[in-house]
Amino acid sequence: MIILNVIRVYAGYFFLIIGSLFLFLGPLGILRFPDVYNRLQAGTKSTTLGAISALFGIGLLEPGWLGKIVILILFILLTNPVSSHAIGRSAYRSKVPLCGKSVVDKCEEEHIYKEAK
Amino acid sequence: MNEIFRTTIIQISIWVAVAGVILALIRGLIGPTPADRVVAIDSMTTVATVIIALFAHLFKRFIYLDVALVFGLLAFITVLIIARCLERRMI
Repeated sequence: MIILNVIRVYAGYFFLIIGSLFLFLGPLGILRFPDVYNRLQAGTKSTTLGAISALFGIGLLEPGWLGKIVILILFILLTNPVSSHAIGRSAYRSKVPLCGKSVVDKCEEEHIYKEAK
Repeated sequence: MNEIFRTTIIQISIWVAVAGVILALIRGLIGPTPADRVVAIDSMTTVATVIIALFAHLFKRFIYLDVALVFGLLAFITVLIIARCLERRMI
């Protein structure tokens, strides 16, 4: 039983370190990518994974808090893609240009959001 | 010994996440278009939610998780409203 507790605590530390590392790497991608859409990709995906991992690490370290931690994880998992989609849609409809290395624009080809142009 | 180890690990995690917030803040300051700034704000608020949860574990206060939940909800609503205003050209 003591062995199990030690494994739980060290797994919590591991998830905490991995999560904070991803929370650092996402804004680094935001700073270095050339375009709004690439920045959106880096910022949203990496930040979601880092937040879920760090919160799960906290939940492993404090087993009594696991209910509210699961609520927080579900909240981040539901709301982060919604806000990302809203930002990307508004950026495309307000005609923010793509970067020079982009090869395809499916919305332009299939005439989605045609009324905005 | 165990307590010192735990505090050190959590303080390292908090400082790494704060470095991420500072990087996103730089992009928010120099962003060429308003959409860049909104992306930076979105990322910053998610990282700040996790930082509040880490402070809850550092100080052993259960009530700080409620603060993190309310902060995440307000940040989500803020980003949605700013994106909608950006789309309708109110800014």
